[in-house]
Amino acid sequence: MGASDFSNLPHIGEALRRKEDYRFLTGAGNYTDDITLANQSHAVFVRSPHAHAVIKSVDTAEALKMPGVVGIFSGKDIEGKMGGLPCGWLINNPDGTPMKEPMHPILAINKVRYVGDHVAMVVAETVEQAKNAAEAVVVDYDVLPAVVSVADAAKKASGVTLHDEAPDNQCYKWTLGDKAAVDAVFATAAHVTKLDLVNNRLIPNPIEPRVAIGSYSRGTDDYTLYVSNQNPHVERLLMTAFVLGLPEHKVRVIAPDVGGGFGSKIFLYAEDVCLTWAAKQLNRNIKWTAERSECFLSDAHGRDHVSHAEMALDKDGKFLAMRVHTDANLGAYLSTFSTAVPTILYATLLAGQYTTPQIYVEVDAWFTNTAPVDAYRGAGRPEATYLLERLVSRCAWKMNLGQDEIRKRNFITTFPYQTPVALQYDTGDFHACMDKARVLADVDGYAQRKSASEAAGKLRGMGYSSYIEACGIAPSNIAGALGARAGLFECGEIRVHPTGSVTVFTGSHSHGQGHETTFAQVVAARLGIPVDNVDVVHGDTGRVPFGMGTYGSRSISVGGAAIMKALDKIETKAKKIAAHLMEASDADIEFANGEFTVKGTDKKIPFGQVALTAYVPHNYPLDKLEPGLNETAFYDPTNFTFPGGTYICEVEVDKQTGEVRVDRFTAVDDFGTIINPMIVEGQVHGGLVQGIGQALLENCVYDNETGQLLTGSFMDYAMPRAADFPQFKLDTVCTPCTHNPLGTKGCGEAGAIGSPPAVINAVLDALAPLGVKDFDMPASASRVWEAMQKGSGSAARDSQPQEPSLSASTQGRPVP
Amino acid sequence: MQVAFTVNGRPATVDAPPNTFLVHAIREHLHLTGTHVGCDTAQCGACTVHMNGRAVKSCNILVGQAAGAQITTIEGVAQPDGTMHPMQAAFKECHGLQCGFCTPGMVMSAIDLCTHHPRSSESEIRELLDGNLCRCTGYQNIVKAVQMGGEAMASGTPVKTTATA
Repeated sequence: MGASDFSNLPHIGEALRRKEDYRFLTGAGNYTDDITLANQSHAVFVRSPHAHAVIKSVDTAEALKMPGVVGIFSGKDIEGKMGGLPCGWLINNPDGTPMKEPMHPILAINKVRYVGDHVAMVVAETVEQAKNAAEAVVVDYDVLPAVVSVADAAKKASGVTLHDEAPDNQCYKWTLGDKAAVDAVFATAAHVTKLDLVNNRLIPNPIEPRVAIGSYSRGTDDYTLYVSNQNPHVERLLMTAFVLGLPEHKVRVIAPDVGGGFGSKIFLYAEDVCLTWAAKQLNRNIKWTAERSECFLSDAHGRDHVSHAEMALDKDGKFLAMRVHTDANLGAYLSTFSTAVPTILYATLLAGQYTTPQIYVEVDAWFTNTAPVDAYRGAGRPEATYLLERLVSRCAWKMNLGQDEIRKRNFITTFPYQTPVALQYDTGDFHACMDKARVLADVDGYAQRKSASEAAGKLRGMGYSSYIEACGIAPSNIAGALGARAGLFECGEIRVHPTGSVTVFTGSHSHGQGHETTFAQVVAARLGIPVDNVDVVHGDTGRVPFGMGTYGSRSISVGGAAIMKALDKIETKAKKIAAHLMEASDADIEFANGEFTVKGTDKKIPFGQVALTAYVPHNYPLDKLEPGLNETAFYDPTNFTFPGGTYICEVEVDKQTGEVRVDRFTAVDDFGTIINPMIVEGQVHGGLVQGIGQALLENCVYDNETGQLLTGSFMDYAMPRAADFPQFKLDTVCTPCTHNPLGTKGCGEAGAIGSPPAVINAVLDALAPLGVKDFDMPASASRVWEAMQKGSGSAARDSQPQEPSLSASTQGRPVP
Repeated sequence: MQVAFTVNGRPATVDAPPNTFLVHAIREHLHLTGTHVGCDTAQCGACTVHMNGRAVKSCNILVGQAAGAQITTIEGVAQPDGTMHPMQAAFKECHGLQCGFCTPGMVMSAIDLCTHHPRSSESEIRELLDGNLCRCTGYQNIVKAVQMGGEAMASGTPVKTTATA
C-alpha cells in the first residue's frame, strides 16, 4: 500500500486518546524499579570522587564483613574475564587510520577517568546495607591533574593523558567536503560572516532514573536483565557479543515501562553488564536503582561542542560556501554511539534548508575527564542547526536583510536535492513552513508589541530558525559504509488471533511516545478492525523477534514501516484464504474496510472469518497454503527521512535584571503523514521545552581545575518548569516522505533541534540596541545581565582571524 | 519501629527502621508502586501523595511522621470500580502525560492545587506546579489538564472524553 492510500484510511490523522494512559494515571505502570524478584539483593556502586587518578588499591576486607553483604567486585575481579563496553560507530581519520578506541572497562582498572567512574559494586540484602558497606570500601587514589574542557584538551595545555592509546587525548580528526574548493570560494566572495559558538553541555535527566535488575537461573543457565532502556535487543547484542561472550539465546533483556529516555537510555552502561554478570557469580538476583546524583554523574551527557563557522555570500545574500571547525568533547570513554554524534549525525546536516553549494567541515574529537557524552534528543542535528541558524541570522543582520528574507533567498525549492554534505533530501516545502509560521506568529503585529515592551521598560526581540533533520536512521548499508557497526532496520510481527484480534510485536520501544496507540491505529486502519482489537508488545527480547530500538525519531518511519510490510504479507495470505472461501481467483480479491470482496460481484466475507479459517482450516487449501495468520517482516529504509520547519521565537528581556522571558513561540513543522496529531503535538511540546531549556536554563558545568561536577543536582542544574513557558503555537505542513509506505518523517526530536537558535537569535535581536552581537547559551539572567553590561565590547568578534579559534570557549568553566 | 496509618481508606501498619522515608514505606512495605522516586531530594515531585488532605513529597517525610495520618496515593484516587477521578480523566483527555513517570505525582499535586486554589488562571497554575518536574510534555498539556480537571472538580460535571485507541 502506498503512502497516499494509507493516509486516507480511517483512524489515520485521528487524535485518539492513548491506550497506555489508564495504567499510568492509576499507578498501575510497571517500571523497572516496581519489579521485585524472589531472592533479590541490592547493589550500590562505589564511584570515583576524583576526575583523574591512579587506583593504588581497593580494600574490601572490612566492607565484606559488614551486615548483609553478599559480595563486592572491583576492577581486579573482572580484568581479563570480559571485554570493555563497545563503541558502535567507527570513525576514521582523514589518513584512513581508525579512531583511538581505548578500553572502557565495566569497573575501573588501575585508573579512574571522571567523577562518578565505577570503581566497585557492593551487593547486599538491602540498599541500606549496601550503602553502608560501600562506605567501608577503602580506595587509595593517587590523584592526577584533570583535563575538562575541549579547549584545554585541544591546546594540550595540561599535559595530561587520559588513555595511553591516545597520548594527546584526541580520539579522531574527521573531515567532510572539498576544502580547496571551499577556500577558493571564500577568497573571492563579496561577503564573509564569521561566528564562534559553544553548544553547551547538557544532562538528559529523564525523571525515571536508570534502573536495572540482573537475574540468573542456575537451573537453566539463563540470564534476564530488566533495564530502563530504549533498545533492549541492541543492549543484549552488545552485552553478549562484545562484553560477556555469552550466547544471545541465554540472555533475555526486558525494558518494561520506561520513564523517559531522550537518548540517555539507548546505551549499554557498565552497571547493566555488572549486574548481569554478578547475578551468576553470586547466584542472586540483583537490583540497582540510580539515585538522582548518580544520573547527573554517570548518565551519558549531551552536546558540548566548541565551533568556529564562516559563511561566504554574494552581494545579494546568496550563500556560496560554508566552512566549519568543531571541537567535540567525548568525555572520558566512548559511549555506544558517541563517535557518530559530532560527525555523521552533525556535519551532514550543515546544509540545512539552503542551496549552499560547497561546505567543508572539520571535527576534532577529544577525551576529557568528564562523563561520557553521547546522543541526547537530536544528537548532532541540534548542534548543526544551532550553528547554521545562528550563522544565517548573523549574515542577515550584517547584510541588513530580514531574518526571514535571507532564509527565503537561499531555500532549496526542488526535490530530490543532493546536498554537498552527503544527504539527499527527498521532499519538503520550506517556503510553506516559513509563510505559515510568519502568519501564526503574527509577525505583522511585532512592531506594535515591541513598542509596548519598550514602553514597559523591556527589550523585545524576534528570532528565526529554519531547521532540517535526518531521521529514520537509516539504510543499513550506507550507515555501515559510514562506520556503523550495527544494522539499522526494524522488525515487526503481526499475530492475527483466531477470533480476529491482533497482537503487534515491534522492535521499536516506547518510553513516552505512545506507540501502543499510534501503532495500533496503523494496524486497525489497514485491517479495518476496531483499534480496541489491537495490542502492541515491545521492550522484551523474549517476545519480540528482533529490534533496533527507538532513537533518532525512527519509530514510526522504520518500525511502523516494518509493521506495514508484515501487514502486506498478512493481506496477501488472507486474500488467498478469502479466494478459497469464495471460490474465486486470488487476483480477483479486494480488501477494504475489513472486508474481502470478489471484484465485480457482491460476494464478501469479513476479516474475522478469514482469521478463524486460518486457525480452523477445515475448508482450506492445505495443499497450497500453511494454516495460521502470523507474519514477520524486517524493513530497512532506502533513505533517511527529512522533517523540517520554521520556528519563530519572541522574547522580552528585563533591562534591570537580564531575565529573558519567552513571550511567544511558534513552530511549523513538516512531519509528512501524521497518524495521531495529539501525540505529535505532545512530542513537539516536549522537544521545544528541552530546546528552549538548553537556550535559557540548562548548563552542565564542571570545575575546570578539579573536574568536579558543579551542577550535580536539581538545585544546581536548572530544569525547565511549568512557569518558564507560554502556551506554544503549533501547526504543520505536509509533504509526505517519498520512500516509506506511511509517508511519515518522525517528530520526536524536531522541537529540541529547531528551537535553541530561534531563542538565542531572539535574545540577540533584543540586545542589539546595547551592542551585544554574540552570546553563548544558556541565556540565564546573570549571563544576559553580564553581556548587557559589556555591551558593545563583544562586538569585536567579527574581527577575529579566519583560522579556527577556541577563544570563545566557556565550556567547563564555572559561570562567573 | 511500627507505624500505623490509613492508606487509601484502609488501615495499614509498617514495621520499618525509623530512618525509612514514607515513599519507601509505601513502595517497598505496602507494595503500592504507583508513587515514584525521581530525585530523593524533594525537587521533582514524582513521589507526591496526600497526607491528611494536603500534597506532600513522600521522599522527604519520615515514616514516623505519618503515624496516624490519612494517606492517599495515586492508587486511591480513582473510584473503587476503576472509574478515574476527574483530574485523571482530564490528564488523559488533554494528553497531559507521555512516559507516565512523573504523572502520579503530577496528578496528586494537581488535585491538591485545584482543591485549595479552585479556578486558578493559567499563569497561577504554572506557578503552583513549580514543585513537579516533567521532562516529556513541556507542561503544555499538563496545564490544560489541570484547568479541565479543576473545572470538572469545581462544577461536579464529568470531563468530556474523546474516543480512546
